[in-house]
Amino acid sequence: MKVALFVTCLVDQLCPNVGMATVEVLERSGCEVTFDERQTCCGQPAFNTGYRNEAKKFAKRFIKIFENSDMDAIVSPSGSCTAMVKHFHELFPDEAKWRERAENIAAKTHELSGFLVNVLGVDDVGAVSDCKMTWHDACHGLRDLGIHDEPRRLLKNVKGIEFVEMENADVCCGFGGTFSVKYPEISAGILDNKIEMIEKSGADTVVACDASCLMQIAGRLSRIGSRVQTKHIAEILASRE
Amino acid sequence: MSMTHATPETFDRNARRALADPILHRALRNLADNFVVRRRNVILSVDDWQGLRERARSIKEETLLRLDKYLEQFTENAAKAGTTIHWARDGKEACEIIVALVRATNAKMVVKAKSMTGEEILLNEALEEAGIEPVETDLGEWIIQLAGETPSHIVVPAIHKTKQQIAELFVEKVGIDKTENVDVLTQTARKILRERFAEAEVGISGVNFGVAETGTILILENEGNIRMTTSLTKTHIAIMGIEKVIPQLADLDVFLKLLPRSGTGQRLTAYQSLITGLKKDAEDIGPDEFHVVMLDNGRSRMLAHRVTRQSLACIRCGACLNACPVYQQVGGHAYGSVYPGPIGAVITPQLIGLSKAKQLPYASSLCGACREVCPVKIDIPELLLHLRAEITEGSAGGTTVKARLKPKFAESLAFKMYGLAWSKPAWYEFGAKVSRLMQRLVARDGKIGNVGGLISRLVPPLGAWTAWRDAPVVAPKSFREMWRDKENDAR
Repeated sequence: MKVALFVTCLVDQLCPNVGMATVEVLERSGCEVTFDERQTCCGQPAFNTGYRNEAKKFAKRFIKIFENSDMDAIVSPSGSCTAMVKHFHELFPDEAKWRERAENIAAKTHELSGFLVNVLGVDDVGAVSDCKMTWHDACHGLRDLGIHDEPRRLLKNVKGIEFVEMENADVCCGFGGTFSVKYPEISAGILDNKIEMIEKSGADTVVACDASCLMQIAGRLSRIGSRVQTKHIAEILASRE
Repeated sequence: MSMTHATPETFDRNARRALADPILHRALRNLADNFVVRRRNVILSVDDWQGLRERARSIKEETLLRLDKYLEQFTENAAKAGTTIHWARDGKEACEIIVALVRATNAKMVVKAKSMTGEEILLNEALEEAGIEPVETDLGEWIIQLAGETPSHIVVPAIHKTKQQIAELFVEKVGIDKTENVDVLTQTARKILRERFAEAEVGISGVNFGVAETGTILILENEGNIRMTTSLTKTHIAIMGIEKVIPQLADLDVFLKLLPRSGTGQRLTAYQSLITGLKKDAEDIGPDEFHVVMLDNGRSRMLAHRVTRQSLACIRCGACLNACPVYQQVGGHAYGSVYPGPIGAVITPQLIGLSKAKQLPYASSLCGACREVCPVKIDIPELLLHLRAEITEGSAGGTTVKARLKPKFAESLAFKMYGLAWSKPAWYEFGAKVSRLMQRLVARDGKIGNVGGLISRLVPPLGAWTAWRDAPVVAPKSFREMWRDKENDAR
């Protein structure tokens, strides 16, 4: 299967290893991966802050870049950015042609764990890891895309891993894009509840499908000097002995 | 802590104040622990919860699309049964109507059943100004009235208060001996309120549902005070938002399953009062006069757009408040509006005008927990985004604001720049390179700690972020550079 990687700007610039791990997992699962270097951002920060005109430019650009490739699917290591692509059509209430193009692109776009399990039918990628991990359900992956069991299945099949559920795994980490800097105190309050649950689970690693939540969680863990590590699901799935 | 002077415009300050209040925090934790868990368990007793939500939404959608027809039906049938109907364009008009009705009875005091619509139109203030004493009879609402505060929750108005605080309030205001025995406290309230009921001639209530087919109103409660307010008095005045109408009595089957489960995690409330006009037999218990005041107050404006129309489907269960991580942190008073939480963040700006509540649509991480629990499937994140777009660009196509508001200059400039620069991969890469150079000034051990003072003023988002969390640095090599290397190696 030919897969166009939508790496997301956050992964591209802040945690490129997650991008490389995503490529590794996809290739190991039999996909031919391509990466179009014209891609930058999906425009979610603009859309979520209310700058629809700006978001529309990003959406059009994204659609033009990805619809011309001959891929079978677009895969991203982010539930949130994938969800944004699925929102594109809302930006074109009066432009039927663009709305249709947006819907076509949305139908082909998948978050990594959902793609592996639901499209490729893979729930064991042959990874090995010795961490004791817990899963954080990133909101947009969970509630916009319905991703819940998929990452759990993949992670539980990682050889040597110990999977523990934390309480309130499905509660927000408080990131929320610009919310995290518009209302940093509230964001941090929500985050501290999440950190409390992570610590309480006894895990040494917290795993999620979104670099943004991980950036928020890691930032606080690092600030309070916690021994808990953050890992993107792609990094765990790409790990070998 | 009283936050009655908080307004939506000071949400950021109100929130900071709330976060610094450990007692409030403890009270709010109770809320999350109790209501969220109870709701989650009790919805399992319904076979097809999701199907039920779908039905509720489609009933509401149908009603709202033909609201004129159903309102006409409701008011005609109610009038036939002996109800006197009044129409109020806004809160002021509604208050004037109600004050005039009470004055006509010569009553100097009214007993009140808990009503958010009553709060919305500031009815108590209007009554007091007219020399009429309003007595709240819902326990939580009575506590709030004693304390001189406003409700902090749609369903549980005194949720921000702990048992200890309530005990202290009772000692101070009703002069009982110090106790933290909940039974003693409730018995005290009960005794005082019974006496007020006995002397009351006028009762004022809200309405949960108005049935068009029969002209019936339905009110739900647990304490029996609403039953008394509406039956022991000689005059009953009900205030009803125009969106509360539903087509048929049979539709209640759907809403009665959804509302108590979503709100308080109950299968059914202890009392359901169905009132159709006046009593048929003069010997029966019940008021001699029954008035329903139909309130618009900005509601018909919301009908105009597909997205904002959803706001009117709300049945005021409060589930979105309980589920909201932001509400759980700051409580209801921080919103500075009658309706707090996620639904308040979308309704308030539409009721009082976006220009007076610009912060509220941003008071959300867009996590979607509210949408997930909403019994009528209101897409609150969609509404929040709609209102945000109205604030920044007037670009959502709504009719809730007349003129485009001026967004913060720095913010809109930043988004313009981002829109321009990030549409060119070369500029985007150049930006990353510049960041890599700049971050050397502040990064230590591969991360950025609290940047503090000067930098925080120069780059406010970085200051806001690092005040609480370490920030990651731009990687020495981006993914696209790694990808190029990989491609070259393959060749």
